[in-house]
Amino acid sequence: MTTIGERQQAAYVAAQAADARLQVELQTEQMTLNLGPQHPATHGTLRIVARLDGEQVVQADVVCGYMHRGYEKLAEVRNYPQITTLVNRIDWLSSFANEVPFILAAEQLMEIEAPPRAQYIRTILFELSRIANITLFIGEMGVQLGALTPVFYAFRDREHVLNLIEGATGGRFHPNYDRIGGLKDDLPKGWIDETRSVMKRIRDYCDELETLLMGNEIFDRRTRGIGVIPADIGLSYGLSGANIRASGVDWDLRRDERSPLAWKDCDWKVWTHPDGDCFARYWVRLQEVREATKIVDQLLDGLPAGPIQAKVPRIIKVPAGEAWVHTENPLGEMGYYIVSQGGLGPFRCKIRSASFNNTSIVPWLLRGVYVPDIITILASLYFILGDIDR
Amino acid sequence: MPQLPGLVKGLGVTFKTMLAGAVTVQYPHVKEEPPSRARGVIALKEENCTVCMLCARQCPDWCIYIEGHKEKRPPRREGGKPRTVNALDRFDIDYALCMYCGICVEVCPFDALFWTPEYEYSEPKIADLLHDKERLGEWMQTVPEPLPLEVGAAKKK
Amino acid sequence: MLAIDVTTYGWTTALKTGIVLAVIPAAAIVLGYTFLLKMMSHMQSRLGPMEAGPHGALQLIADGVKFIQKEDIIPDEADRRIFALAPLVVILSTFLLYIVLPAGPHLIVQDLDVGVFFALAVSSLSVIGVLMAGWSSANKYSLLGALRAAGQLIAYELPLVLAVVGVVVQAGTMSMQGIVAAQAHGEIFGFGAIGNPFILTQFVGFVLFLAASQAELTQTPFDMPVAESELVAGYMTEYSGFRFLFFFMAEFGTAFALAAIAATLFLGGWYVPGVTGNAADVLGPLVLGAKIMAVSFLIFWIRFTYPRFREDQLQTFAWKYLIPISLVNIVVTGVLKVVL
Repeated sequence: MTTIGERQQAAYVAAQAADARLQVELQTEQMTLNLGPQHPATHGTLRIVARLDGEQVVQADVVCGYMHRGYEKLAEVRNYPQITTLVNRIDWLSSFANEVPFILAAEQLMEIEAPPRAQYIRTILFELSRIANITLFIGEMGVQLGALTPVFYAFRDREHVLNLIEGATGGRFHPNYDRIGGLKDDLPKGWIDETRSVMKRIRDYCDELETLLMGNEIFDRRTRGIGVIPADIGLSYGLSGANIRASGVDWDLRRDERSPLAWKDCDWKVWTHPDGDCFARYWVRLQEVREATKIVDQLLDGLPAGPIQAKVPRIIKVPAGEAWVHTENPLGEMGYYIVSQGGLGPFRCKIRSASFNNTSIVPWLLRGVYVPDIITILASLYFILGDIDR
Repeated sequence: MPQLPGLVKGLGVTFKTMLAGAVTVQYPHVKEEPPSRARGVIALKEENCTVCMLCARQCPDWCIYIEGHKEKRPPRREGGKPRTVNALDRFDIDYALCMYCGICVEVCPFDALFWTPEYEYSEPKIADLLHDKERLGEWMQTVPEPLPLEVGAAKKK
Repeated sequence: MLAIDVTTYGWTTALKTGIVLAVIPAAAIVLGYTFLLKMMSHMQSRLGPMEAGPHGALQLIADGVKFIQKEDIIPDEADRRIFALAPLVVILSTFLLYIVLPAGPHLIVQDLDVGVFFALAVSSLSVIGVLMAGWSSANKYSLLGALRAAGQLIAYELPLVLAVVGVVVQAGTMSMQGIVAAQAHGEIFGFGAIGNPFILTQFVGFVLFLAASQAELTQTPFDMPVAESELVAGYMTEYSGFRFLFFFMAEFGTAFALAAIAATLFLGGWYVPGVTGNAADVLGPLVLGAKIMAVSFLIFWIRFTYPRFREDQLQTFAWKYLIPISLVNIVVTGVLKVVL
């Protein structure tokens, strides 16, 4: 964990030089390069319009919205169980994590608390979604840098987590398992033992990837000192999740926010890194996956017995009021602001998604970097298009 | 000068994986079994359905099409009035629209809809993805038994 | 000797040309299947193609047929003649490489006195083809890729040549057959049973040659010109159909040829201890083939494990590390050659 004072300075100077170049009349022409919306490197339909001077970026603009599906408008004309189904599809790699803040907000308005067993299983599935999401990132960052093999290991080992989620909920990618007042079903027999063995497997996968990719000197050269985000700038742009923890800010909603979920019942650590470069973001996420497996193991050990659903009426009408609930999703901070007027569905549901704010720093970050580093930086910020565009 | 160990250890990982064998299965020749709760297709138990229309109303995509009529049945006891019951004419689920969310299965008060893990029903024409009453009834044969629950689960009354 | 029998010379040359023309696609298919399809797949925990032929052996032939029957698309603003010529230039350089590869004591197209020098010289002709491809495509991505490629290929020519100089100093000759003979008749500390493969004394040269040939083939970790996740396919972006097939064959044909050169210079070539004369003509190609597979295994193993260098890091690696090391290697070899 070395600090990179020199490199940070060099990057800053380069960015300033790029700014200065904008004001100087040069004989050379600047080229406008369009990355996307169809491009192998952007995770989905994101478009980056970059003005290049040779191989350095002079100015970059982010154009998103190619995948806008109108979630907030859809939520106005649907009821709560239907919205739970839709909301799965915002951040599709960690679907269960999208349901949780929404259901918690509705429960807050109805003043209902789910039984402890349901809260524990919710937390377990939340962490499983985190593992499913970030294991893919760990492998897929390799592809953006040119290493083709780690992503296959990612899919191979993530498959086991998806099978676990399917065993409990019936859907690999879109579980639709959370209900107001608890969960839909209890766990099938044998699920706990299977989860324990899968967690061990994920830990082995993390070790394997640490040797294969993180220990690789070429990876080191490509990511250290690239895309440095100072903590104050990151906070002012609204970064959240591993992106801001990699800049040294010790902030994790699972620990800092009061929540009915079971994180307070286990012993776990928040990982930060002082550098704020691409390597730091990769390192923090790798440690987070390991920490998530430990959380799941502890929760499985302490799983209380009992019912899985609190008493709720058949037709759910949420009383009038407003509720804001945010959680530490794998991509960052995700929150729902529900305004209810006592109907079957919310009057207005505002979704604060993590990737939208995470991507807002891209124009600032891309000044003065080389073209290959654009890809590295985009990969390390790790956004999902469904999360940006909703 | 890059130190060798990190580079060399990475080579070791790929070499070991090469010797460890493949994890993929060759699909049409070898098929994997999905878990019992997997949401493959919805089956209809026609005798339980009372045409209450709850499933069609709650579906987020409005992909269930139900038509029914009222008919008179003989009374249950001697000397009573004839009963009016709903009879099912048409129950179609359009799998081209279905989101596989399971809300219909969950809200049905009479346990007429069930999930089965069958998934091999893709068609060359989209119109053939509309499964009618008979086809939905055929899927009932593939409905698995509900699984025993984990330790600590509350007993269902 | 001006009174050459032209007819026999004509027939033998035609035969040799035909053999080389047949060997290049065959080499591409064998190398492509073994390493690109099967070895890469197993390193990624999957099976690779299995349907076309037993265990997917005919997959590349099916791909070849597919490429040939595709529509010939040339972008509107492209320079048509240069666009069409570029793949031919690249495959010409590959073809010329095969002239000096020895597969047996008598199985060589032409045993030039400056065999190694000739091989390295013609391998650099491909740079022209790459530049032609990138420029004539009328596509910014292709242009970026071609410029990167030109810089990279020229930079890595030097370590390639300098690594070979050590071998030439030790063997005393530039002719390929001469180098094989020097290894065959050499001795390791007086023990002459397996000859003296130069990999033992020129290990540094071998590593340098592998690294430089990896860069010459624009393979990861030096595949900036063809960076898939950035530039789609670099200078080959606009090529489809049989033109792309030429590039593909050229890439794998060159890989085969460079691996053959590495096997000849460092591992002893076609020489099998104890086998001489006509038996060596039969056994030689097989032995050379096995050694080529071993060297290719190393090249592709590195390709599938490492991420890629950035362009400036790539150039730094060549100019600041590989070239000084190779110069030191030459000096040490020369000194030891005189002293010992």
